[in-house]
Amino acid sequence: MFRTVLVANRGEIARRIIRGCRALGLRSVAVYSDADRDALHVNDADHAVWLGAAPARESYLNVERLLAAARESGAEAVHPGYGFLSENWRFADSCARAGLTFIGPSAEAIRAMGDKPEARRRMAAAGVPIVPGSSEPVADASGAERIAAEIGYPVILKAAGGGGGIGMAKVTRAAELVAAFTTATRRAQSAFGSGAVYVERYLQAARHVEVQVFGDTQGTLVHLHERECSIQRRHQKLIEESPAPNLDARTKRGLTEAALAGARAIGYVNAGTLEFLVDEQSNFYFLEMNTRLQVEHPVTEEVTGLDLVTAQLRIAAGEPLPFSQDKIEQRGAAIEVRVYAEDPAKGFLPSPGTITRLSLPQGDGIRLESGVAEGSVVSVHYDPLLFKLIARGADRAQAIERLAHALDACVVEGVKTTLPLLRTIVAHPDFRRGRVHTQMVEQGAFHG
Amino acid sequence: MAEEIKAHITGIVFQVTAKVGDKVAAGDPVIVLESMKMEIPVEAPRAGAVKEIRVREGQTVQEGETVALLD
Repeated sequence: MFRTVLVANRGEIARRIIRGCRALGLRSVAVYSDADRDALHVNDADHAVWLGAAPARESYLNVERLLAAARESGAEAVHPGYGFLSENWRFADSCARAGLTFIGPSAEAIRAMGDKPEARRRMAAAGVPIVPGSSEPVADASGAERIAAEIGYPVILKAAGGGGGIGMAKVTRAAELVAAFTTATRRAQSAFGSGAVYVERYLQAARHVEVQVFGDTQGTLVHLHERECSIQRRHQKLIEESPAPNLDARTKRGLTEAALAGARAIGYVNAGTLEFLVDEQSNFYFLEMNTRLQVEHPVTEEVTGLDLVTAQLRIAAGEPLPFSQDKIEQRGAAIEVRVYAEDPAKGFLPSPGTITRLSLPQGDGIRLESGVAEGSVVSVHYDPLLFKLIARGADRAQAIERLAHALDACVVEGVKTTLPLLRTIVAHPDFRRGRVHTQMVEQGAFHG
Repeated sequence: MAEEIKAHITGIVFQVTAKVGDKVAAGDPVIVLESMKMEIPVEAPRAGAVKEIRVREGQTVQEGETVALLD
């Protein structure tokens, strides 16, 4: 086992990884930008290295600086967290070349799953159902029009070079396609450095259900069951839970089997997630694979009782999986909400600023993963996630009750947050019945 | 009478989409701000000609700051 781990991230996830290192007796090295000199993750770590100016490309996305930080701090391994460089295969490759263990899958697996049309082809070849659409990026708007006419509207244009909902454009009719193609291409270029886009059918009222997988270097691969993540805005998740409510046993088995088949086909090692859309007839389709730890991994930890971060560290060190498939069970239910510095009353406009007051709940079954404290400055430079609140219960009803109380007890002043919307959703009869789909928030199902 | 176009949020100027002299319609973006990984257009409140652009790409603007003038 390596002894020192560089945590190439910030905020709540950097703190979570540092905690994981500590649990295994490993030394942790934080990195920070000018904007994060006083950040909590810097304080948590055993050692901290300054990277550069506040903009991410000069700090958390700066590969040379990160490798230098690893070198000067004596780190032998790098945990990328989520976002930033976590799904950048060149970074994984650079770590390997610098003699560092990258805590995640192989650079080749990251590359293959990061190329979204290639991921679709590889999954289809492994027998995993995919959303109808183009098998290659489309060259121009007329190419997109041709495919859209074949598969039928509405369609969604997606960046070939990356996922996570960035740069997607929904197109309901042919007349909108050229303008949407231009926008999607521009956004893809700016977010991923490639303007290539592809076309998929847009599934109405579908649910987002994903499966957590874990593989080791000995070739063992397991799943850690599913997570329901349908409550989203701008294709970004707000609420996640495990088990997925109202998911029949047959569909669930189909999803976990497909996820294992897909991960096995690419020889997957370490933590990964295969995301699927499930339609109203319980047909499911592969969306994309996230080759990293997910934001919502705590709900899986809460229901399985397993620690995903320490498992990642062990597997990266070459140890076998610390859990076997027959021992991985979902007990009870867990729900996570993401509290973002955004104003839901103004179309989720970002709300940077200084947190003047912060009071977070405690209690049975309540877990917090926070990157901020009172006095923290929420910068314009990074993702607006402030903290995650996770509630566990003996069943879903108890988890919801605990979550609702905990949400009521949260006080954040100084920045606007998604808290009012989260409270409304958690109180809503459709949410309580587990009748959710990915377009509910944007269709205004939770207004008023 | 010139009208000030103000940023409705704090952010970094990602793109200046209009030039001085451009005719814009109500709702046309004049600049695009980037904040917390989102692109947010600052739009012309009414039709008119762009008289002045007061920001450049990469600059940080505060909520309420005037970014351009409309003739």
